[in-house]
Parts: sequence; structure tokens; C-alpha cells
Amino acid sequence: MSSAWWTPATSIWWVVLVKCAVLLFVVITTFAYAMLFERKVMGWMQLRPGPNRVGPWGLLQPAVDAVKLILKEDLTPKTADPLIYRLAPFISLLTAFSVYAVIPFSQPAPGNVWAIGDVNAGILFILALTSIGVYGISLGGWASGSKYPLLGSVRATAQMISYELAMSMSLIGVLILAGTTSLVGIVDSQAKWWFFIPQFIGFVIYVITAVAETNRAPFDLVEADAELVGGFNTEYSGLRFGLFFIAEYINMLTVSCIATLLFLGGWNAPFGWTAVPGIVWFLLKVGFFMFFYIWLRSTFPRLRYDRLMAFGWKVLLPVAALNLIGTAVYVALAG
Amino acid sequence: MAKKRLYNVGALLAGLGVTFKYMFQKKPTIQYPSRKKKHAPRFHGLHELRRYEDGKERCIGCELCSSVCPANAITVVGAENTPDDRRSPGERYAARYEIDMLRCIFCGMCEEACPTDAIVLTPRFEMSDYRRASFIFAKDRLLVPPEAGVGTAPDDRPGGIPADLGRVAEIKSTAEWQQGYDATWRGSILKTQQKGLAEE
Repeated sequence: MSSAWWTPATSIWWVVLVKCAVLLFVVITTFAYAMLFERKVMGWMQLRPGPNRVGPWGLLQPAVDAVKLILKEDLTPKTADPLIYRLAPFISLLTAFSVYAVIPFSQPAPGNVWAIGDVNAGILFILALTSIGVYGISLGGWASGSKYPLLGSVRATAQMISYELAMSMSLIGVLILAGTTSLVGIVDSQAKWWFFIPQFIGFVIYVITAVAETNRAPFDLVEADAELVGGFNTEYSGLRFGLFFIAEYINMLTVSCIATLLFLGGWNAPFGWTAVPGIVWFLLKVGFFMFFYIWLRSTFPRLRYDRLMAFGWKVLLPVAALNLIGTAVYVALAG
Repeated sequence: MAKKRLYNVGALLAGLGVTFKYMFQKKPTIQYPSRKKKHAPRFHGLHELRRYEDGKERCIGCELCSSVCPANAITVVGAENTPDDRRSPGERYAARYEIDMLRCIFCGMCEEACPTDAIVLTPRFEMSDYRRASFIFAKDRLLVPPEAGVGTAPDDRPGGIPADLGRVAEIKSTAEWQQGYDATWRGSILKTQQKGLAEE
């Protein structure tokens, strides 16, 4: 036992490894139940009970879904580019997972942060990774070698680029107010006022663009089942489809986390109710956003593609820019 | 004409309100295999060939059901009763009785036409199967097994038959049937004959 696997120098690696494992488990479980939650809530909103046959209240549904996806045949179309076709789901999923390396879930305790790493440019890291995530969708659609996935991936590229602009601009307003790009720092600077009050316009723009960014209804032009069969993932089946599916939900969770951290005060308790631990508040707020996205999906029909682009470029982007300039002027004059 | 608003936020919020309200409403779903919808009292389902209380078949192989059937779903092949093998109280019985459930439209005309109340539509409706051939129901599935009694009387069905339809009271036994037969057919023939004699 002289290899000294536990020394002050190596302990940090072990801690990170354990954190990664725990986080992976938590995120995947959350995905599984977010999916069940979505089907339940959408069912209720459409006057149906939702899945309820597997286990009590359908609680074992995610497990049987997973088994189904794993057992299905993994097809690769003849016309597909095999390497990229097989790689694309992993790009989507890995970038979706990697984001959780920097998301803090609660107040940093002495000697520990509630995250794998407290990166001082955390929000930039997240934005960079989610942008790479688009490659998974674009390449997957492109490499499928068939027409509907191609249309889906072209839409993905155009939609995500145009909405990411407005999204970033709405976030910069918060960064200016907080004066930092560290997620812990941003949450700490919301101790008094949560940023959705001073940055209300930015908050609304973020929530709208986040829906487009994660390709959720009513902005799910990338999948658009009604017109593009299944969009970019038409040709995918079995586990590879499952990976895209997981990535979509994890991205949903990510944008909910960002909205919570940047606009709803992260783990800060409202009205000084500090008796409840910060992590509970954080999860409640994230849960609220998840519910909100499901709520949107079961309420609104899909936008037409040109309307979506017009809305992004002609409404969201100018408003986000004005909001950004206004915030900058305010901070320059007052601060 | 009202000015068309491109981004009507009020309408969007109203829509969200509708779905939120619906989330808490009672769901009309019936959890089918464990719970079943209450059928109408006179629901027309799977057919049943009934018996008399002494176990004899009611069907006398007259083929009226088969003739009246608008979907040509019923096949009846009658045969003569022999003294040592009396299946029905009449002269004949149905040697074969088959209904193609894929053709049947469950109109109940066979039941209306049957002079002996032998065929009755029960409220049973779960007949799903995997092969077309298995939808041809023969006597082995239509006829009430002897140990199961006489079968569903038309008037026993939940709700029964409205009294104003004026159906003759059910004949319960073979003896009664014979009496009824005598009373209706032989009786009327006798009467006609007597009437004819008297007129002559």
C-alpha cells in the first residue's frame, strides 16, 4: 500500500471523481423523471392521466423506456456518413453533461463548493459548451444522408445561431450588474435583489430564447414532427436516438439551472426563509422552470419557421440590445 | 375590424391559464381492463344460444335468423331430431350454427326473428383475437354449456325489455313449449279447420 492513493495531492482527484459519479447519477435520474413528469403534466393538461401502468403512478415508466430503447435495433442508413452519424449523438450528450461541471447547486461551504469546479468564467464555459452542442444536432442531421434530417439540421443551425445572440445579450445585462462571470459570484450578488426584477426584460428574453435553444415546443422547428417526420433525429433509432433524447432533457435542465442562477437568485431563499436549505430552494426554482417549459409545450402550437426567425431577429434581438445598452448606461452612471 | 396584433401577450397568457386550469380537472379516462364503462341496458354484444331448463336446445333450426340477417353472417344447418337423440323440443335442431363475428353488425334482427327466443345478444363485447378464422363462432362457443343454466333471457338483461313492446311471457320449459306449440299452431290449424267445416 505504498502507492499512496490518498494524499493531500491526490485527494482532490478523488473528490472530483466522486462528485462526477454522483452528479452523473443525479442528472440521469433527473432526466428520467423529468421525462415522466413531462408526460404526466402534459397528460393532465390534455385531460388524460398520463403514464400510470408501470409501477405506482407510473413511477417505473423511465426504467421500461430505457429497456425499450436499449433493445431496439440500431439502424444506420445506407446513405449516411457512418462515422459522423455515430458520433453526433455523443457530441450532443457529452456537451450536455459537461455543463454540469461548473453549475453550483448551493452555497459554497468552507473548503468545498457544491459543484465539481467553481470556474471564474462559469457562465462563459456554459455558453461555449451549449454552442458546441448544436454540432451534435447539425452533424447528426447532415450525416443521416436523408432529406428530412437535413432540413432539420439546417433549421437547427439557423435557429440556434439567431437565438443564441439574443440569449447572450440578455445574459450580459446580468453580468454587468453582477460584475462577475463566476456563477457563485453572480448568485452572491443577488442576495438583496434577484436579478429578474432589475433585469425583467432580460429575464423574459432569456426564458423565450432558452425554449428555442433547447428546441422545445413551440420553437421545436428542428424536430417539427408534423412537417419533418422527426427532424434531425428521423433516421436515428434505439440507443442513439435515446442519447439525443437524453441530451434534449439535460439541456432543458441546464437552461433551467442558468435561469435560476442568473435571474432567480440561485440558492438564495425568498423572504428570508433561510430555515429551508439553499439546495432545496435551488431545486424548487429549477423545477419551476422545468414545469414552465412543459406548460408552454402543452399550450402553444409550433411557430411557422419564418415567423420564428422574424421574431428572433426583429423583436428579441433589438429588445435585448436595448436592454443591454440601458443596463450598461445605468451601471456606468450609478456605479 | 379589430387591428391584428402580431404579439398578443394577453392571448398567450389566457392560453396558459386554460391549460393550467385543465391540469386540475377530473380526467374522463376509464382505466379500461380494470374498470369498464357501463353499457346501455339494451347493449347488443356477443350472441348466445339458449337452452330450456331441462337442458334441451331452444334452437329448432328454422333458419329464420339466417334469412333475416342483413350481413349474411349466420349459417344454420338444420337436422331432424330422432326419438333417441332429441336435442330440441321441436322436429328439428341446428346441427351447425355459426356466426361470423367479423360480418355481424350486432343489429339484433336474429333475436327479433327467432320464434323460440333461442338466440339472444348478450352485453359481452370483448371478442378480440389474432386470427380471422377464430372469429367464426360455432355452437361450441355460442351455445350455453349445460352446466351454466339456460342463458341470458332477453328480459333478464339489465334494463330488460320495455313493457310496452308486448312480448309474450317467456316460455320456461319444454312442456310449456309443447303447450305453446299446440296452442298457437295446432290450435289455430284446428280452429281454421273447424271454422272451415262450420262454414261449409
